[in-house]
Amino acid sequence: MNQLKEAAIETDVVIVGAGPAGLFSVFELGLLDIKAHVIDILPRAGGQCSELYPEKPIYDIPGLPVCTGQELTDNLLKQIEPFRPTFHFNEMVETLVSLGTPEKPEFRLSTDAGKIFHAKVVFVAAGGGSFQPKKPPIPKIDSYEGKSVFYAVRRMEDFRDKNVVIVGGGDSALDWTLNLQPVAKSLTLVHRRDQFRAAPHSVSAMQELVATGKINFRLGQITTVEGEDGELISATLKGNDGVEEKIACERLMPFFGLTMKLGPVADWGLQLNENLIPVDTEKFESSHPGIFAVGDINAYPGKLKLILSGFHEAALASQKAHRYVYPDKKLLFQYTTSSTNLQKKLGVS
Amino acid sequence: MDEEETGVMAKMSFEDAATRYGAEPGGGAPTKVKITFIDSQGQARAVEGEVGSTVMETARRNDIPEIAAECGGACACATCHVYVDENWTEKAGKPSQMEEDMLDFAFDVKPNSRLCCQITVRPELEGLVVTTPAQQG
Repeated sequence: MNQLKEAAIETDVVIVGAGPAGLFSVFELGLLDIKAHVIDILPRAGGQCSELYPEKPIYDIPGLPVCTGQELTDNLLKQIEPFRPTFHFNEMVETLVSLGTPEKPEFRLSTDAGKIFHAKVVFVAAGGGSFQPKKPPIPKIDSYEGKSVFYAVRRMEDFRDKNVVIVGGGDSALDWTLNLQPVAKSLTLVHRRDQFRAAPHSVSAMQELVATGKINFRLGQITTVEGEDGELISATLKGNDGVEEKIACERLMPFFGLTMKLGPVADWGLQLNENLIPVDTEKFESSHPGIFAVGDINAYPGKLKLILSGFHEAALASQKAHRYVYPDKKLLFQYTTSSTNLQKKLGVS
Repeated sequence: MDEEETGVMAKMSFEDAATRYGAEPGGGAPTKVKITFIDSQGQARAVEGEVGSTVMETARRNDIPEIAAECGGACACATCHVYVDENWTEKAGKPSQMEEDMLDFAFDVKPNSRLCCQITVRPELEGLVVTTPAQQG
């Protein structure tokens, strides 16, 4: 618990989301001497670009006839290197509290990992929201979450001597099958087919456990669960042949990939319109002074959810952010091509 | 792109245009087919799908509910899951290996499950019927 009391991280701006709009915000803010910390729930930068289409071509980035989602991410990371942003991955901003005044905004943000940030400005670049685990359509599954239904393993001890059921056929499902088998009382892996989209060595290790009777493998899906006070007792397994069977299940881990949910942004007291943050088109500022929204998460008349729109929005929002961070400094418009001052910041002069 | 296509079309005779789009001269192969989406409550919505686009794009253009299509057609999210009516499963075809892998992330997958961003609208799919599941994401 001491970690929670750790001193707050002081920064000019916190950028929520490390997708293309968030990354390019680092650049535009950096040119104006505004230092950024970037927080993202995913384990890496790139947002949808790296999570949904790392290998797919993008054709509408100005000046780049074609690049993949991963290439764009890598290039953006290279482009913002001179500004040395600090990334906080695998973390979600849970609370955002306003401490300042409209003229001199100040914010306190806290993440689900217990970190606290103090920032003068916040850029919400959260795209379609946070990527969160897909929850299977099992009635009342919510009431077991965190106690006996898990989408990630935080503590192995929660699984010791329990009847564990893992659903899925990807790397997460197989990794946790292999890791939890030694501590679980029993482990059943449930998947819709007998093929696995996972690292070949994990697949063979899993098959070895099945062959030696150390785990059960069942073709089918979990349709219902039973238990009390959040503690699971059993689950109904519906085989691919349609036959239903009750199996012992005290811990359930469904792995169906990720989906985008707005998440805690909804609780930050911002005016929202159909899960989007309305902004003006001069500064891309939300209803709350000092909180900007750029990229897919914002809304304004004529909005196009294109990466290039996010870049433009980041540039304009940064201009206003400068007024909050450096209220006494005059902002001089400069070009990177000719300004020795900007070139110095970029480390190229 | 659309404007450009129209511009080219204006300069072509009907027969040229038909040939260009793969039809027999004078045959007038359809450029649109009827597609019916039945939602999980049983309500049917019949719309026109453009040949060459995908069934997912057709759904989005026509505001069909229960098709999330989060990734926009990259076969990367499994939120455009549909059940193809049994009369159409053969014509719609089988999922590719990539699509089959991605179906692992859909719920209640059945033998007639497809990700509809991977079904291209073709003239022989005239009358296609698909049902959407109650939960995509």
